[in-house]
Amino acid sequence: MEHTNWNGFVPGDWQNEINVRDFIQKNYKPYEGDGAFLAAATPRTKALMKKLEALFALERQFDGVLDIDTATVSTVTGFSPGYLDKENELIVGLQTNRPLKRGVNPFGGIRMVRIACEAYGYKLSDKVEEEFRFRTTHNEGVYRAYTQEMRLARRSHLITGLPDAYGRGRIIGDYRRVALYGVDKLIEEKQKDKRNLALENLDAEQIRRTEELYQQIAFLGFLKEMAQMYGYDIGCPASNAKEAIQWTYFAYLAAIKEQNGAAMSLGRVSTFFDIYINRDLEAGILTEEAAQELVDDFVMKLRMARHLRTPEYNELFGGDPMWITEAVGGMGEDGRTLVTKSSFRILNTLYTLGPAPEPNLTVLWSTALPENFKRFCSKVSCDTDSIQYENDDLMRPLYGDDYAIACCVSAMRVGKQMQFFGARCNLAKLLLLAINGGYDTTSDIHLGPQMPVMEGDVLNFDEVMERFDTYNQWLSHLYVNTMNVIHYMHDKYAYEKIQMALHDTTVERLMAFGIAGLSVVTDSLSALKYAKVHPIKDEKGYIVDFRVEGDFPKYGNDDDRVDLLAKDLTHRVITELRKTPAYRGAIHTLSVLTITSNVMYGKHTGSTPDGRKAGEPFAPGANPMHNREENGALASLNSVAKLSYDDCRDGISNTFSITPEALGKTEEERVGNLVAILDGYFGKMAHHINVNVLNRETLMKAYEDPEAYPNLTIRVSGYAVNFNKLSREQQREVISRTFHESV
Amino acid sequence: MTGSLHSFQSLGTVDGPGVRFVVFFQGCPLRCGCCHNPDTREMAAGKPFTPKEVLEKVLRCRSYFGKDGGITLSGGEPLMQAAFAKELFALCKAEGIHTCLDTSGCLWNEDVEELLTVTDLVLLDIKYTNDQDYKRYAGCSMEQPLHFLAELNKRKIPTTLRQVIIPPLNDGKENILRLKKIGKEHPCVNKIELLPFRKICESKYENMGIPFPFAKYDSPAKEKMSALQALLDAE
Repeated sequence: MEHTNWNGFVPGDWQNEINVRDFIQKNYKPYEGDGAFLAAATPRTKALMKKLEALFALERQFDGVLDIDTATVSTVTGFSPGYLDKENELIVGLQTNRPLKRGVNPFGGIRMVRIACEAYGYKLSDKVEEEFRFRTTHNEGVYRAYTQEMRLARRSHLITGLPDAYGRGRIIGDYRRVALYGVDKLIEEKQKDKRNLALENLDAEQIRRTEELYQQIAFLGFLKEMAQMYGYDIGCPASNAKEAIQWTYFAYLAAIKEQNGAAMSLGRVSTFFDIYINRDLEAGILTEEAAQELVDDFVMKLRMARHLRTPEYNELFGGDPMWITEAVGGMGEDGRTLVTKSSFRILNTLYTLGPAPEPNLTVLWSTALPENFKRFCSKVSCDTDSIQYENDDLMRPLYGDDYAIACCVSAMRVGKQMQFFGARCNLAKLLLLAINGGYDTTSDIHLGPQMPVMEGDVLNFDEVMERFDTYNQWLSHLYVNTMNVIHYMHDKYAYEKIQMALHDTTVERLMAFGIAGLSVVTDSLSALKYAKVHPIKDEKGYIVDFRVEGDFPKYGNDDDRVDLLAKDLTHRVITELRKTPAYRGAIHTLSVLTITSNVMYGKHTGSTPDGRKAGEPFAPGANPMHNREENGALASLNSVAKLSYDDCRDGISNTFSITPEALGKTEEERVGNLVAILDGYFGKMAHHINVNVLNRETLMKAYEDPEAYPNLTIRVSGYAVNFNKLSREQQREVISRTFHESV
Repeated sequence: MTGSLHSFQSLGTVDGPGVRFVVFFQGCPLRCGCCHNPDTREMAAGKPFTPKEVLEKVLRCRSYFGKDGGITLSGGEPLMQAAFAKELFALCKAEGIHTCLDTSGCLWNEDVEELLTVTDLVLLDIKYTNDQDYKRYAGCSMEQPLHFLAELNKRKIPTTLRQVIIPPLNDGKENILRLKKIGKEHPCVNKIELLPFRKICESKYENMGIPFPFAKYDSPAKEKMSALQALLDAE
């Protein structure tokens, strides 16, 4: 196939099949230079940003929600066009007809929508209530099939944060396809797939796929219609950089209008955009300033994306995140770097527009990245605390060189793999449940195998492990089955039509399980093994506290005696999970990631043998427990690096906070040292790191006087947040985390 | 052979170039009023480690060193356990790891001489620039560090002179000029660093139940430090 809008591009397989990777490989220009070429924000951009800042301030004044349209169900074409500043914006398109106004999306569950409206002083309109009276939502479907045991596991907070009442998210449409091929071609291809399906034996799965294809095709049509409302015909390929960015954004916009998934990630667009920007620069129809303006406008739009959430949701996922994760950089399979000037341009938005949590800029780090890019990223981290790093050398061999990150740490091939998101189970609670023979002291619920409370003045490590295995076996089976119910129903009642239309018709599915409290359980097991743990029982005979006699090695000090316990735990968990087949042949994966739910999990978990008291927060993700690290930052990083990515394919999240003084005396030194730390950490095949370079005092000041720090951004757990959008409890927890300080 | 050590800091960025693994030695012959590690003074309070055990820890952090980093011995006073330090540095050198010694230079003996054969860089703390202050506030004669410096110079070991600025004890112009002169007289000195006196160590004194002799002094203002630095840098 040929198209005049492709003039100037190097031809290849990408012309004959949907193959964005091939297009990128044939056409991109690796960039090994530094950031000196970058343009600053233009007066236009500054004025637009000022307008947006004013809206953000207003939103904060209204408890974080500026406005809700309670009468219009959010669909791809449901709203008339909306603008931030119609005359001056270069990239257009809003989720509703007004900036920061949130739509209602009851497909995942109408109860959540109702509660969310009420929480902000609104009432879901009778019109929407009526429309959904005879329509089954995902949430209703799930509860029809949930067993009593699943409900108890949820209620006792053993499994929490399940996507059973809203969109599941963690699916990345290949939004670039719309720019490269135009919607018409994509429809044509899907129609071809649908015709081919009809030639096969039509069993239940094939019939379902056929219907899904019907929906995909219909929604590609809606996408085109939506763009038309803004005055664009996106039927054919984008003809220049502005259109390429606009087309891609329209596709993403359609996805967030249709779905309110927890994480609605963007993929890997900057190097793709770079090809168009380069073509325009070479043709003399674009300047560096204008190119930065396009990227700035695009990012501004992403920063305006919103979903309506309930206060309970915010307790799990603090800070109103969207996880518009954009993977930047990385290396190609042929050894050329995938870093382009546009990798710099998108990071540069943290200067042109100021620091912000969204989009969730994620640098795919390889020790082979160009030195200049490494230093630039390091400087951005030191200046803005807004980016995270993931190990490209670890993921590339598994996912190729056109994968992206969904949410925080979940890798998947763009347009070829999707994920069934499964939140996480509370490993610390599971340990206590095992010790108490199937009784959860905090929720007063009996669940799991019922057996006597563990006996003896001192708990025996081997006996506890044996018990733990029994309960792990039980929970794993329950957890997989629960996920199967959720995703069956989500496919049935809230299928992601536009996002799946931007995937290959045959996709590989991953089912992502998670654990919280890894460091708590690890240190608890270490205490049992290396010290004496005396259980303390309440009047009913249940163990509610522990007295630890003697010292024990603690995770976070590069001590194999305890670190290998952590590694072994993740192995036990994923091995058990794999024993129960996952829905639609999905591959089981595991993450060690908590978002901000480590606070909530801790609140609902009794005292643990490591010395943590009932109600106290867990450490986030795979982090060692706060302030138990005695040998400095690198020892702590080494402990986390020992966890195996083979066991935790859905990611191992580590959040690292260091004071500027501890990182080096001058900016030059800090930048260089951070590069060395990242090279060292990822050289050990660690998976992920959030980097914050700041003082605890800054956070304490922001805690006391939020208005003085409206844009203070920090990385918390696989994502960044605006500090002021966290709950007071979450803020206190973040302040109490380990800050590596100079000695 | 074992050394008596206080602790390890796997990420040191202020004691030598790049990312450094810092080994804090236990035991120090001096009793400086400004000491920010009073808990490292008594030799007996340390934990025993063999050079090999320490090397094993260093190697675990090696991948973070990049092209500039390495190991730094600090304390306490590493020269008090020079034989142990020498063994450790020799092991590090065999692994190609850059070795840096942070010292007061107040001891000199055969073991120290041996140690210098495997030392790549010395951070030499020149606490004051006159003998009275040295004797009064540090508890040794100024001749000792000067002798140590002369030996470094003889061996052409790259050296950074460091001085903690404690107003009003040593923040005068003359002091800085004397420090500068000492540097000039010893070509091995390629850098002079002025460090602001800080009082974050106060809690250590509190925990130990002993008074912080310099509690009465204030940290120098930023402007003061830049002015002194400018004086140092001026031709």
